[in-house]
Amino acid sequence: MSKHIPLILKLIALGGLLAFPMADSPFYTELVAKTVLFGIFAMSLDLLVGFTGLVSLGHAAYFGIAAYTVALMTPKYEAASFWTTFPSAIGISAAAALVVGIFVLRTKGIYFIMVTLAFAQMVFYLFHDTALGGGSDGIYLNLKPDTTLFGGKPFDLDNPFHLYYLIIATLVVVYLFLKLLLRSPFGKVLVGIKSNEHRMKSMGYRTFGYKLAAFSIAGGLAGAAGYLYAVLFGFVTPELMSWHQSGNVLLMVILGGMGNLVGALLGALAFVAMQEVFSTWTKHWQLVMGSVIVLSVLFLPGGLSAVPRRLKAALTGGGEK
Amino acid sequence: MKKQLQSLKRIGFTVGMTAALAASSLAQAEDKLKVGLMLPATGTFAALGTAITNGFKQYVAESGGKLGGREIEYFVVDDESDPAKATENANKLVKRDHVDVLVGTVHSGVALAMAKVAKESNTLFIVPNAGADELTGPLCSPNIFRTSFTNWQPGYAMGQVAAAKKAKNVVTLTWKYAAGLQSVDGFKEAFEKAGGKVVKEMTLPFPNVEFQAYLTEIASIKPDAVYVFFAGAGATKFVKDYVAAGLNKTIPLYAPGFLTDGTLEAMGDAGQGLLTTLHYADGIKNAKNDAFRLNYAKTYKSQPDVYAVQGYDAAQLLAAGLKAVNGDFSKRAEMVKAMEAAKIDSPRGAFTLSKAHNPVQDFYLRKSEGRDNKVLEISAKALADPARGCKM
Amino acid sequence: MDFYSFLIQVLNSVQYGLLLFLVASGLTLVFGIMGIINLAHGAFYMVGAYMAFALSSLTGNLFTAILLGIPLSLVFGAFLEWALFSHLYKRDHLEQVLLTYGLILIFEELRSLLVDDEVHGVAIPDVFSASIALNDTLSYPVYRLVISAVCIVLAIGLYFLIQRTRLGMMIRAGSHDRDMVQSLGININLIYRTVFALGVTLAAFAGMLAAPISSVFPGMGGGVLIISFVIVVIGGIGSVWGALFAALLVGFADTFGKVLLPDFAGAIVYVLMAAVLLWRPEGIFKKG
Repeated sequence: MSKHIPLILKLIALGGLLAFPMADSPFYTELVAKTVLFGIFAMSLDLLVGFTGLVSLGHAAYFGIAAYTVALMTPKYEAASFWTTFPSAIGISAAAALVVGIFVLRTKGIYFIMVTLAFAQMVFYLFHDTALGGGSDGIYLNLKPDTTLFGGKPFDLDNPFHLYYLIIATLVVVYLFLKLLLRSPFGKVLVGIKSNEHRMKSMGYRTFGYKLAAFSIAGGLAGAAGYLYAVLFGFVTPELMSWHQSGNVLLMVILGGMGNLVGALLGALAFVAMQEVFSTWTKHWQLVMGSVIVLSVLFLPGGLSAVPRRLKAALTGGGEK
Repeated sequence: MKKQLQSLKRIGFTVGMTAALAASSLAQAEDKLKVGLMLPATGTFAALGTAITNGFKQYVAESGGKLGGREIEYFVVDDESDPAKATENANKLVKRDHVDVLVGTVHSGVALAMAKVAKESNTLFIVPNAGADELTGPLCSPNIFRTSFTNWQPGYAMGQVAAAKKAKNVVTLTWKYAAGLQSVDGFKEAFEKAGGKVVKEMTLPFPNVEFQAYLTEIASIKPDAVYVFFAGAGATKFVKDYVAAGLNKTIPLYAPGFLTDGTLEAMGDAGQGLLTTLHYADGIKNAKNDAFRLNYAKTYKSQPDVYAVQGYDAAQLLAAGLKAVNGDFSKRAEMVKAMEAAKIDSPRGAFTLSKAHNPVQDFYLRKSEGRDNKVLEISAKALADPARGCKM
Repeated sequence: MDFYSFLIQVLNSVQYGLLLFLVASGLTLVFGIMGIINLAHGAFYMVGAYMAFALSSLTGNLFTAILLGIPLSLVFGAFLEWALFSHLYKRDHLEQVLLTYGLILIFEELRSLLVDDEVHGVAIPDVFSASIALNDTLSYPVYRLVISAVCIVLAIGLYFLIQRTRLGMMIRAGSHDRDMVQSLGININLIYRTVFALGVTLAAFAGMLAAPISSVFPGMGGGVLIISFVIVVIGGIGSVWGALFAALLVGFADTFGKVLLPDFAGAIVYVLMAAVLLWRPEGIFKKG
């Protein structure tokens, strides 16, 4: 029986997400939608951090590039087509990641962390300091993309529920895509690179190509999340690419537990929930947030997804040392 | 088994959080007028957020806790001056708390996001600080009001002053962000109209505060004056560096009042004798201002500043609208009409609103003295923003 | 740009570079020797600046404030190492990122609670408050030159400490192989505590020294942090000379970038960093 239970539980969770709009609270529906798209964003980073061992501190750049892509592709008074903007946004952010990847993947470890940050800062200043995307004030996405296809309109993004379900659908697709990817020989090589790149190299794998592909895919998936963000909120600002955003998404991955796709989603949920709850308590909510982060590092290694295992170990007296 | 337990916990957590989030949306009170204050409580602009809140609440308290006969209930969100969270924060007030009026904020980028939310939900929106020209320009709308200024305004006022002081060639310097660039545009417009010339427009990346390279440039150009747009800590450092470099001895420094508001203590001696233009100053003589200052000092144990005035006037403007409809918020069109026609008896001196809903107000030329920005004269009487791009 | 202005810009570059070195030196030590990514480095800088503000308004003198501030920072650093960082040596870089990120939030809020959210100035000591005239319009503040001198002394001092003293030898050994040093009977925990306290103190000292120029204000650590990272990475992690060289390089790039390429001034430092790393992926002064 045990084999199917995780799957069943995931389906129940998905059911919960699908049913959520029935609570009839537009704000919380939007909040859940945002959490889910951050979950997608975190999953895309987890592909790098958790599975390939590449810690990027500049992942927000690709999220932001996609958000700007749709904002810039949309004319002021008419809607752009969903069917062109969505693939373009993903494609452009994947391409940007590919170019950046060629440079940054020459470095390793701490240097890699810092160089990804440097490139993200460059992109940030590109949008912040030039008139390209409305400068420091950002730009509006006045009209949500139009979904007309062959004369029919399968769904309507101006309808918050349709948009919500599009985001959930994207989550499912991204999740399944990453699952399949990680199960494929390609994914096995990535995991191999994480545990021992030298060995993979000596086995004849050209690891650079694999890492570059992973970096670009992760950029594209972050782009999917960024696209959805822009459509959901209709406002794009350079701050989307600031190093704080890159830090936040890394936080989500770590909070959830690296190398665990559901964990990444869970980390996003925990992150958003903490922000929501603490900021209603006190003006100095960041103090609480900071303390929780520090305490969870000290007492919760492995992130939230490791909690059940640790609890069980504690209960059975096994202990983990 | 391990795995099941793991997943179970996960789900339990998800469901629990979702339920908690949904439940808290139920608590809502009726009958009171709901005012959403979206201002910075943390970060660089936290002090400004506090001053605006204080000013707003002071007027409400002076009116017996009611505006237009309606009791006021506050909903507060810390916007952190983070545009990336702005839409969501505004939605918190509009969609979750269902506020009647949205008041905020300091940061222009955040205010622009709020304007979008306000427009889409047709929520009444009053801006008590953010100076982005767009808010009462291309984005102007019947439900968007402002009780502060446009970035263009103090710049334009200073352009006139600089020309009157017989400056011919001026160098400008600002952070490369919208507020600074718009301010410089205002200055340039007035200054060049009066026959002066901006010989060089310099910008530095925000929030970089290493000014030496620019000071050296200025010294080699030797203009008749320098116009800058800086605020807060950047303003403090710039003025100190400018004075330490000895430039103030030969090249006068002009700026909108944000340079010296709330920063004079930190500037120390370097901040003395600076000329700035703004719609508020220390030593404005009118009964309203005296009462306002006295009351503020008593309530908050600190001296009010321009931000407190803007918050105070936001409440006054709202009151003017509510009074006209006897607190019946459903008569929005009538209310907006009353607000448009209102003459606000502000501590800064009475002002009216332009067609685009921005104050038509006097600008003071001020000189810093001790910790005060003392009024020298009214340099621009009833200055109105041109509201370019507004189709209202 | 005439030749005289050019010379002044060179002076600006060197002076700014030295100031950056001061800020980055503590980071490169903690980074290189302990292998800890410390995002809270900027927060320690802020703590130092606020300490200068509080102590100098208490004692009326920046010198006394610095003299009191240094031992306080050492204790503070040692305490943090004992309470938090000592648990992280065997952990992933990521958890260090997370912990120090949390610390930034905590320090920033404590600052807001203990002081306030306003900008405050710290007076330059009277002895150094003068300026030297460079030409008829421009003069140079003496205090900036004093800071430059202090930075040079500090760079030499750090070099001697690490390369020429017994403590330095143990530190260098510890950074290569923790377990080996321990097995030689050297108290590695004490060494790490010392290094960390030193790193915190360097950051705080930079904050104290810079406070009269920069003023103290909310969020002041953030800007310093990123630029310090850039310097440490360009110079090569753990190398004091590397940090000095990189800081000067950044000083020049920033100063001349602002004058010659004003439209790209924001990105120029990062372009420099990317270029250096393409050329030498481990920084210019790669260790070992």
